[in-house]
Amino acid sequence: MRSRRLRGLPTAAPAFPDVMKALLFVAALLPLVRAGFVVITGQAVNPVEFVTHVTGTWALVGLMVTLAVSPLRWLTGRGWLLRLRRMLGLFAFFYACLHLLTYLWLDQFFDWTAIGHDILKRPFITLGMAAFVLLVPLAVTSTDAWMRRLKHSWGRLHRLVYPASVLAVVHYCWLVKRDLTVPLIYAGVLALLLGLRLLRRYRERTVC
Amino acid sequence: MLIKRPDDLPSSEITPEAVYLDRRRFLATGAVGLLLSADALAALSGRKSALSTGEAPNRLDEISRYNNFYEFGTSKDDPARHATALKTHPWTVTVEGEVEKPRIFDIDALLRRPLEERIYRLRCVEGWSMVIPWMGFPLATLLREVVPTSRAKYVAFETALRPAEMPGVGRKVLDWPYREGLRIDEAMHPLTLLAVGLYGNVLPKQNGAPIRLVVPWKYGFKSIKSIVRIRLVEKQPPTSWNLAAPSEYGFYSNVNPAVDHPRWSQASERRIGEFFKRKTLPFNGYAEQVAQLYRGMDLKKNF
Repeated sequence: MRSRRLRGLPTAAPAFPDVMKALLFVAALLPLVRAGFVVITGQAVNPVEFVTHVTGTWALVGLMVTLAVSPLRWLTGRGWLLRLRRMLGLFAFFYACLHLLTYLWLDQFFDWTAIGHDILKRPFITLGMAAFVLLVPLAVTSTDAWMRRLKHSWGRLHRLVYPASVLAVVHYCWLVKRDLTVPLIYAGVLALLLGLRLLRRYRERTVC
Repeated sequence: MLIKRPDDLPSSEITPEAVYLDRRRFLATGAVGLLLSADALAALSGRKSALSTGEAPNRLDEISRYNNFYEFGTSKDDPARHATALKTHPWTVTVEGEVEKPRIFDIDALLRRPLEERIYRLRCVEGWSMVIPWMGFPLATLLREVVPTSRAKYVAFETALRPAEMPGVGRKVLDWPYREGLRIDEAMHPLTLLAVGLYGNVLPKQNGAPIRLVVPWKYGFKSIKSIVRIRLVEKQPPTSWNLAAPSEYGFYSNVNPAVDHPRWSQASERRIGEFFKRKTLPFNGYAEQVAQLYRGMDLKKNF
């Protein structure tokens, strides 16, 4: 149903969503620019840890914002919001890639034995890696061509974003030493976003 | 006219070559030092110690901007931002318990003691490390003055608890006040230091001013900051991180690359300022001096 709606989008789009898209594109790059500035000017005492945290945080924020598109659309009735979703999802994936690369390169220096050991032995690494693996097919099939090819299965496949987000949040909760405040805020936001979907489903069913 | 011959010059008046060659940075770190301790500009001097490492120390701005001091917040940069509120003067340290001469030490008197510069490695349980030029005196000298009784088997330490000055203690992240402990032989070991200064100045507040413990062969959290009470006791005292997560932080917490933290590896560490990680050494490289304290003990069990 979702894909049908997508295919039905008018080709001559109004200017406003395009402007929003451009602004959002720039905004989504700002965390990366800022991180680069902080590292190059030597403001980060532990730059590798800083980059790991920044990229992880924005991958997570990206997922949350992507998941917020549909509920916002229902609540505001603004259909054009959907036109931003692919870019937001791809930005989440982009930051997740940087996050993984930071770990593989700057933390482990591509020591595959150590990395394999970490994935097997450290639950939070296992979960983070699983979340990333779930996101890969979503990024690959994000093009129009794949949408057409997969038809209804596209929507079903892209529900993988739900388990990926849950894994990502648990990955964060599991690695902090003591203070769970920030990861629990993410968990709360995710619960809200997923809860709204359940609520809508329940309502649709009762109306029918 | 007095013309000093080189022999008359006390060595303390000679600028060390490294400092001379590095004078721009020396001036810069000095300026940071001024900002850090605006209300306590006491410069400290101490003789060099044979127990110092020859490794290059981290810069003052690294040491003072990347801290774990949860009383001021749980982020690494929270202590540098919030610890300025801590009033470190007047300050006393109460030493009591299983001792013949319990005493309350005033910080001014402690700062006037003959001090040593001890350049130690510090390994955090989180997997990073630094090299820090502490100024202080061995804990053993203080403990001998209060004369421990035969029942003094352990030493318990306590950090100040001041909700008005410590924004982090409003939430029960740890069971405040912060507490740590050592076995008496660990406490009496010549490497165990009470530090009052850093880079020739009083301690920056975020580094545990006005007086803190430094136990270089144990993970950093054992080196308790801003101490107000030292109690000699017969039973192993409760310690904050052990109370918070007993399966993750043991009473001993000796640096040990062979015993992983349940959630991450301890085999290597990132020395702040270095790109590549380095291997973590048993007892943080102090095995030669301290390994005999633990002879016959299962260090996997007593982690």
